[in-house]
Amino acid sequence: MSDTILPTRIALVGNPNSGKTALFNALTGARQKVANYPGVTVERKEGMVSTPGGRRVSVLDLPGTYSLRARSPDEVVTRDVVLGHLAGEASPEIIVCVADSTNLRLVLRLALELKKVGRPMMLALNMYDIAERQGIRIDIEGLSKALGVPVVTTVAVRKRGLDLLLQQVDLLAGNAGQAGTWHEPSASEIREAHREAERILRDYVKPPLRPDTWTGRLDGVLLHPVAGTIILMAILFLMFQAVFTWATPLMDLIDEGFTQLGALVAQYVPEGLLQSFISDGLIAGVGSVVVFLPQILILFFFIILLEDFGCVARAAFLMDRLMGVAGLHGRAFIPLLSSFACAIPGVMAARVIDNKRDRITTILVAPLTTCSARIPVYTLIIAAFIPDRQVWGFANLQGLVMFGLYAAGISSALIVAFIVRKLLWRSASEPFLIELPAYKMPDPKNVLRGVYTRGQVFLRRAGTTILSLMVLVWFLSTFPNAPAGATGPAIDYSFAGMLGRFLHPLFAPIGFSWQMVVALIPGMAAREVAVGALGTVYAVSGEIGEGTLGATLAAQWPLAAALSFLAWYVFAPQCLSTLAVVRRETGGWLWPSVMFGYMMALAYIASYITFHIASAWAG
Amino acid sequence: MRLSNLGKGATGVVKGIDASAQDDSIGVGELERRLLEMGFVEGARFQVLHEGLIGRDPIAIKLDDMRVALRRREAQAILVEPPVKLAAE
Ligand SMILES: Nc1nc2c(ncn2[C@@H]2O[C@H](COP(=O)(O)OP(=O)(O)OP(=O)(O)O)[C@@H](O)[C@H]2O)c(=O)[nH]1
Repeated sequence: MSDTILPTRIALVGNPNSGKTALFNALTGARQKVANYPGVTVERKEGMVSTPGGRRVSVLDLPGTYSLRARSPDEVVTRDVVLGHLAGEASPEIIVCVADSTNLRLVLRLALELKKVGRPMMLALNMYDIAERQGIRIDIEGLSKALGVPVVTTVAVRKRGLDLLLQQVDLLAGNAGQAGTWHEPSASEIREAHREAERILRDYVKPPLRPDTWTGRLDGVLLHPVAGTIILMAILFLMFQAVFTWATPLMDLIDEGFTQLGALVAQYVPEGLLQSFISDGLIAGVGSVVVFLPQILILFFFIILLEDFGCVARAAFLMDRLMGVAGLHGRAFIPLLSSFACAIPGVMAARVIDNKRDRITTILVAPLTTCSARIPVYTLIIAAFIPDRQVWGFANLQGLVMFGLYAAGISSALIVAFIVRKLLWRSASEPFLIELPAYKMPDPKNVLRGVYTRGQVFLRRAGTTILSLMVLVWFLSTFPNAPAGATGPAIDYSFAGMLGRFLHPLFAPIGFSWQMVVALIPGMAAREVAVGALGTVYAVSGEIGEGTLGATLAAQWPLAAALSFLAWYVFAPQCLSTLAVVRRETGGWLWPSVMFGYMMALAYIASYITFHIASAWAG
Repeated sequence: MRLSNLGKGATGVVKGIDASAQDDSIGVGELERRLLEMGFVEGARFQVLHEGLIGRDPIAIKLDDMRVALRRREAQAILVEPPVKLAAE
């Protein structure tokens, strides 16, 4: 291996949802997110692979597009990379146009357009397995002649056809290509190219012998405005029920594990600072967050299944009108959906929206959708305060409250978007134009990999961000030590105690105790940390004793305060990394400041109202 | 006839694009080119599969061998030809 030879750079370009990222992952061994809806990839990603000829190849995965004429920021990335307009980056040496073999019409036109760029090019007929199953007959040689580029077939998810693809890279590499003649096509040029693509299609591709009838049949029900919406709601409802009922045994197990660990520490580590650090800081703190791993995995299991199956674009269709009423762009559905995992990819996914104002509106409300970092907070409080009972004969009350919190997040996002549009700008609505992909049986490997990746991300966070914050929280709640002869618990005299008490007057009107205030501060860095911080604060105070954190909270907090805390977490901008990403995506501090301000105000008002209503109601 | 006037079940062929009424959003030429890139070219066959609940908007259509969802606003720019059967229900 010599490092002096620069790798050959190839770029994967194609329509959205043609399997570019799956192909990228298959080639480079990367684990980028793959899902059955257009607009999953919004950034360029780079990975390395070696060809059979021993050549090192750098593969670029680009956002999907229907044309090189870019309008939205994600399409701009594709255009600039392909044309070599990016500062300090030459255009790729080889363009690999990735096509969904079952849906060639639009990509053939794109291929004709890409040829004008003048780089050596090949066409990869991906999803060839599906084409074969449907009996679509493609005359590969003829197609290759008609287009004037080599054509290979691939099955990205089974890693088939990769060798042939790389062999073609070997053959094409070193080929200088021609001078680019690409320019923005006019409407008549697009029509012209379409006609040519149509002719090629007619000559070399025979329609399926066994067409996919499932997509049509399923769409008959799932796209039905009433039936589809009911099914969508039922699936989401089931999802939250599952999150509670399936996760409990696993969570108990993990909880038990940490309790055992704590007992072990108490047994072997002499009482004192070190013991307190390990059991109060690490085990009580980090442990109380890690317990929520099963819930996160179950939630993502459902989400990934839905994504792979092809439900997302359908949900976007069903929800479009609602989003339109709120003044959100039709494509805003996808960023908002991504925000269920975390607002950061959500904010980035807003790049699929072409209009700047629409994009900013979406970014502003994205953090209101319930991200997975809120799950530990919600679950802790719900499990401690909401009775585990059946209601209406079939629903679990805890799951119902969780569903309600998610609903509160989504509806507030819609309402805020509506107000933003009314207050700040009234631009004409952007077109909503989205391809509905064919349904696909979710690939078990992809589902497992996705769930695994989410679990990894969660544990990594627990091991880094959360761990280091917990050390800080432990430190602040342990030092300085209580003065000799002090009567109250030591934590009252610590920095954390002082800080909590200092800020307490600000939060007293919404019913927060000073311990809750202490939890909020490190919770700014990551929401889950609030749970860990409560764990540590109560552990250091020696108030957890035998029971769990939940039991301690149930004994210590009035119900009204607990509900107020939940309300706070629906709205509060408790996440510095989100604000940082918003700054990056909007190019300044203006929008992050607006976001922080409005979310803080909403959180305070919501908590205030919740606390006072709940107090009055509880008597 | 425009695609936006059709109801569920209607079928037909795309005859052309006339986006002149949509000047206020992204511009006539731009909308035309986008619709073309999505496959709304002269001669493309379509069938309206479904319509949304509120105001029967947006619509999902089968366009040649793919499926597309769009709002009636944009569908207004798409000129179509029979064989169509008008919104009956
Ligand atoms: N059966 C089969 N499915 C595939 C193949 N390649 C990709 N898929 C599936 O197709 C869907 C789309 O794949 P992605 O890799 O996300 O597509 P993409 O082109 O990167 O999409 P964007 O990022 O939206 O542009 C996923 O559900 C994949 O699992 C293939 O060769 N065969």
